[in-house]
Amino acid sequence: MVTAIGTPPDILVAGAAVGQVAVLDEPLSFWGGFDARSGTISDRRHPQFGLLVSKRVLLMPAARGSSSSSSVLAESIRLRTAPAAILLGLPDEILALGAIVAEELYGLVMPIAVLTGAAWNEVAAAESVELRPSGELFVL
Amino acid sequence: MTGVVLDLTADDAAMLDGSRGPALGFAMRIITRTAAVMGADQLLSISGAHIDSCLFHGQAGLDFAARLVSDGAAVRVPTTLNVASLDLLHPNLFRGSQEAAKSARQLMQHYQSMGCKPTWTCAPYQEGVRPGIGQHVAWAESNAVVFANSVLGARTHRYGDFIDICAAITGRAPAAGLHLDQNRYGNLVFDLAGLDDAVLANEMLPSVLGLYIGARSGSHVPVVVGMPEMGEDQLKELGATAASSGSVGMFHVVGSTPEAPTLAQATGGTRSPEVVLVELADLRQAWGLLSTVSHHKLGAVSLGAPHYSVSQFAKLLALLDQRRINRNVSFYVNTSRAVVAELELRGWLNQIEKAGIQLVTDTCTYITPVMAPFDGAVMTDSAKWAYYAPSNLGVDVVLAATEDCVTSARAGRIVRGETPW
Repeated sequence: MVTAIGTPPDILVAGAAVGQVAVLDEPLSFWGGFDARSGTISDRRHPQFGLLVSKRVLLMPAARGSSSSSSVLAESIRLRTAPAAILLGLPDEILALGAIVAEELYGLVMPIAVLTGAAWNEVAAAESVELRPSGELFVL
Repeated sequence: MTGVVLDLTADDAAMLDGSRGPALGFAMRIITRTAAVMGADQLLSISGAHIDSCLFHGQAGLDFAARLVSDGAAVRVPTTLNVASLDLLHPNLFRGSQEAAKSARQLMQHYQSMGCKPTWTCAPYQEGVRPGIGQHVAWAESNAVVFANSVLGARTHRYGDFIDICAAITGRAPAAGLHLDQNRYGNLVFDLAGLDDAVLANEMLPSVLGLYIGARSGSHVPVVVGMPEMGEDQLKELGATAASSGSVGMFHVVGSTPEAPTLAQATGGTRSPEVVLVELADLRQAWGLLSTVSHHKLGAVSLGAPHYSVSQFAKLLALLDQRRINRNVSFYVNTSRAVVAELELRGWLNQIEKAGIQLVTDTCTYITPVMAPFDGAVMTDSAKWAYYAPSNLGVDVVLAATEDCVTSARAGRIVRGETPW
């Protein structure tokens, strides 16, 4: 059964994605915290250290830390190790830049959206979700 | 996006539609797409830029820079460069592959060829690049951003790689975020009234507090009250740490930073901002997170993240007191080539070498393979280094005051003085 999630997210980078949900319990810096070659969380202090997030819909409360995260995300999109989409609790321009540049350089789209209110819990509880370019989000 | 319409000037529009050439067209496209993400309704002019994109993270960054160069890009405002992946003054230290070195060097050359100054430092503010109060700039590198906003009173958003050079090329940036008055006011107060004088005077307080504040602030602008007046090196440490554990782009310390002469001015009359009473137990917990081991063999010492300042070297030399460090310990200090030139003028360089210290310039020990193999943990006085090195290098770290790092390096084992933590 496909269920639409109430409040549509705020789209930072538009695109379509379908994937299993990977939930992070704490904010992550992609630089120093995500390995673009393997697509795993590499921050030893992060609760999801070691989690493979490639091709999954990554739900994270916020980004943090380094301004180099744009480059790390763009490189992982190029290498096809990036998440299918990133859903954030707070907007972040540094991650958005990585996705924008990968799209401009390689035509590879990895959408980023900001969830509000109850939508967060609905996605966190879902096995898989689909994000459409319009911003509509469905629990699969 | 937010539904805000971006109002471009005729000049902006001409850049965007490609009539000023492909480089300006490409750069303006990145700027306007990011402006939409930030909810900006217009762009503003900047007077300078600091570029983080020159640090090599893979082919994407190189492809991006190569595209700009081949399109004929040139910066139109004074622009400095952040650390890169190579130490050009000490090339023999590099332990990575030839291929990685070649790509890193190519990337550095691309940014120089666009007219950026080869400063290769994460602390441009330590070498006279100090935009004044209210001046708009586009800086990347999280510690430089937080220093520019908080300590200099200049205005930059927390820019990431790619948009930094696009802003330098176009001279324009989104009028949003920390460029605007209303987003610079403090809205989360950290009150230190519950801490005693010994804690407030402790050398590591800026690091420990920075970690705690960064992790607690989310998208807020934190304000610290109850802190004795802080010096520039301390503010640098507080900001760098808060920008590592969180996404802080600006903070206020009442009585120390330019936009916070009083709490009321720092908060801009924000009606009753949330107040966090900082307790010693919170700081103890933060302190505990910064070291990965407590009793361990000492492998190496690494200071200077952000790059060590001249005043930090003065303190280090006083602590060394012309004695040499233990021959079994590698001791690195990361700094900029401009600071090294100043050390030479002061006659300090010779003393540093005699003590057995290896300077690392243009880069940093946690972003590129320069440290010789060692057995044991790394001691550092930098919370930012302690924060990132375990993941980046796979090493264990012990954070300690500079004095403890020097004592340990001389003894050849980890020695830590009493701390309130």
